[in-house]
Amino acid sequence: MNRSEPAQEQGPSARPAAATLEFREATKIYPGQDDPAVDALSLTVPAGEICVLVGPSGCGKTTAMRMVNRMIDITSGDILLDGRSVRERRPAELRREIGYAIQQIGLFPHLTVADNIATVPRLLGWPKDRTRARVDQLLELVSLDPADTRDRYPAQLSGGQRQRVGVARALAADPPLMLMDEPFGAIDPINRERLQNEFLRLQKEIRKTVVFVTHDIDEAIKMGDRIAVLQRGGKLAQYAPPAELLMYPNGRFVEDFVGADRALKRLALQRVRDIDLWKAPLVRVGEPVADARRKVQDSDVPYPLLVDADGRPLGWLSERALTGERVTEDLRSKAEPAVELDDVLRDALSDLLANEAQYGPVLDARGAVAGVLSLEIIGHALQEPPEQVRSGADALAADG
Amino acid sequence: MTTTYAFLGEFGDALQFIFQGETTREGAEVGGSQFLDLTWEHLKLSGVSMAIACAISIPLGLWLGHIRRGSFLAISLSNVGRAVPSLALIAFFVAYLGTGFANLTLSLVLLAIPPILTNTYVSVTQVERDTVDAARGMGMTGAEIVRKVELPLALPLIFGGIRISAVNVIATATIAPLAGINTLGDPIINVSGYGDTGRLAAAICVAALAIFTELTLGAVQRAVTPAGLKLEPDTASRRMRIRFGREATT
Ligand SMILES: Nc1ncnc2c1ncn2[C@@H]1O[C@H](COP(=O)(O)OP(=O)(O)OP(=O)(O)O)[C@@H](O)[C@H]1O
Ligand SMILES: [Mg+2]
Repeated sequence: MNRSEPAQEQGPSARPAAATLEFREATKIYPGQDDPAVDALSLTVPAGEICVLVGPSGCGKTTAMRMVNRMIDITSGDILLDGRSVRERRPAELRREIGYAIQQIGLFPHLTVADNIATVPRLLGWPKDRTRARVDQLLELVSLDPADTRDRYPAQLSGGQRQRVGVARALAADPPLMLMDEPFGAIDPINRERLQNEFLRLQKEIRKTVVFVTHDIDEAIKMGDRIAVLQRGGKLAQYAPPAELLMYPNGRFVEDFVGADRALKRLALQRVRDIDLWKAPLVRVGEPVADARRKVQDSDVPYPLLVDADGRPLGWLSERALTGERVTEDLRSKAEPAVELDDVLRDALSDLLANEAQYGPVLDARGAVAGVLSLEIIGHALQEPPEQVRSGADALAADG
Repeated sequence: MTTTYAFLGEFGDALQFIFQGETTREGAEVGGSQFLDLTWEHLKLSGVSMAIACAISIPLGLWLGHIRRGSFLAISLSNVGRAVPSLALIAFFVAYLGTGFANLTLSLVLLAIPPILTNTYVSVTQVERDTVDAARGMGMTGAEIVRKVELPLALPLIFGGIRISAVNVIATATIAPLAGINTLGDPIINVSGYGDTGRLAAAICVAALAIFTELTLGAVQRAVTPAGLKLEPDTASRRMRIRFGREATT
């Protein structure tokens, strides 16, 4: 099954490799137009976080993003990168410090993958061996085999591979800020999901500040530490972390945009480890039946769960197993579905429903039972305010 | 010796004229080594004209294409180039400026510019906008974009233009003797001095030069096509465009 990652948590800020980005009433009016494409946009992206710009087509997402590296001139207002206005920077120099990846990728068809990735390092005059080492490192980072890929031309890559090369190229000079305009937009859903997960995993390592443009609210929820919902005319409708956006949309526009199923969408933001599980009545073969019965009474689960010596689940015990002095190995059913601590609630729920089960054992990384997840618990989670379930970066870090 | 090419009839006579030469009734040496001089002069005139034409039209075409302006100039120039016959152009120049190498070169340069300029311009504007956008977004300056992205991608089509012009110029240099420069056109125009055999011999030489140039530049064109471009799935359509480009400018 294709496991999805939960959305980003608010990551630890202020890594030296990332920059703080601040829009200050940034406005763009295209020549010959009366209405602004981006209207007095003000927001701050803390260093090391992914800020997703989302909104319907033509609402000014691309324009807002491209003002940051001055691909589009700012009409009024300002944009600050680590406190310094981009308006006083030389555009070419500024852009070499900012990673840039677009939906169409724009790989150079006449250059090999290695030469494509080496573009910015060469513009910056890096020595040859440093560039070469960096290219291989980046290819590995984006899950491509350097030996196999290095000397290929873009025409010899699949769409997903090209997209990875595009991301590697944008990361080449280790920029403190990345701009990504619908980077996975042209990819089929399965590969898009894979690329999203890979990018989130990558981001955990590199902790860049990222401005990520998409028109897909699900992608925004998944990728964003913070989401800026833009409205036609380039007005900021709401700027908030995903859970807050889903829980408290601040008006009709955002409410409609996030969709009627926003409660369900929140399930994609929470991992099983983030919520309080039921205690599992774990018993082993040969244990006194009295003990087993007491464990069941202490638990919300009606049946004891038989585990092996290492705590791995063998199955739910039947009444027959508890008739004698000691517990025997009479199972009523197998311990399915087995949910993992790192699964997101949406996937766990889906597993429970698929197995027509009310509850299932939750396994830790070693496969030992850590608790029991039930439909009832998920129901509670849907009603809880998001702050309690967003437990910070440790859940992510454990995901490796 | 005479028998060598005899079985080829008049054609054989012409070949013999080229390789062995003749002495005319007036006692002048024609054909043979004298043809080498004519060929040299022909090539010199064509080569200098082509070099100047390239030096003007490639940078101009790259620049216009880069800023994506001047399509009017590039296109109408090629139309004018097609509409005005080269003979008329030379007649015009010789009449106004007088004869001589420089004036003749100037008119051949004007003849050679349109195909190269148009092809250069068109090929640069055909480079994917996203590719250029990515280059700009990564911090390439305008000059770097031209040098590292647009020029390499435009090179095949540019050479297509050079090929058309070169063949044109070589053919047109035949009428140079009218302006006082003795090229391979001399035996064709001054039949009295060379005879019909000499005329045919010169025609063969001009044709051979043109074909040689066409083939050589064709090979160069293939050689400068970046490996990555040959692999593009739309290579077929790209070839179509190149061929179209040739037709559009000839
Ligand atoms: N170069 C331009 N000149 C004039 N108007 C423009 C230009 N680029 C964009 N616009 C207009 O500005 C508005 C915002 O465009 P923008 O490309 O930023 O939208 P977007 O949110 O990225 O849309 P999409 O999701 O379709 O990519 C649109 O109404 C568009 O028509
Ligand atoms: Mg856009």
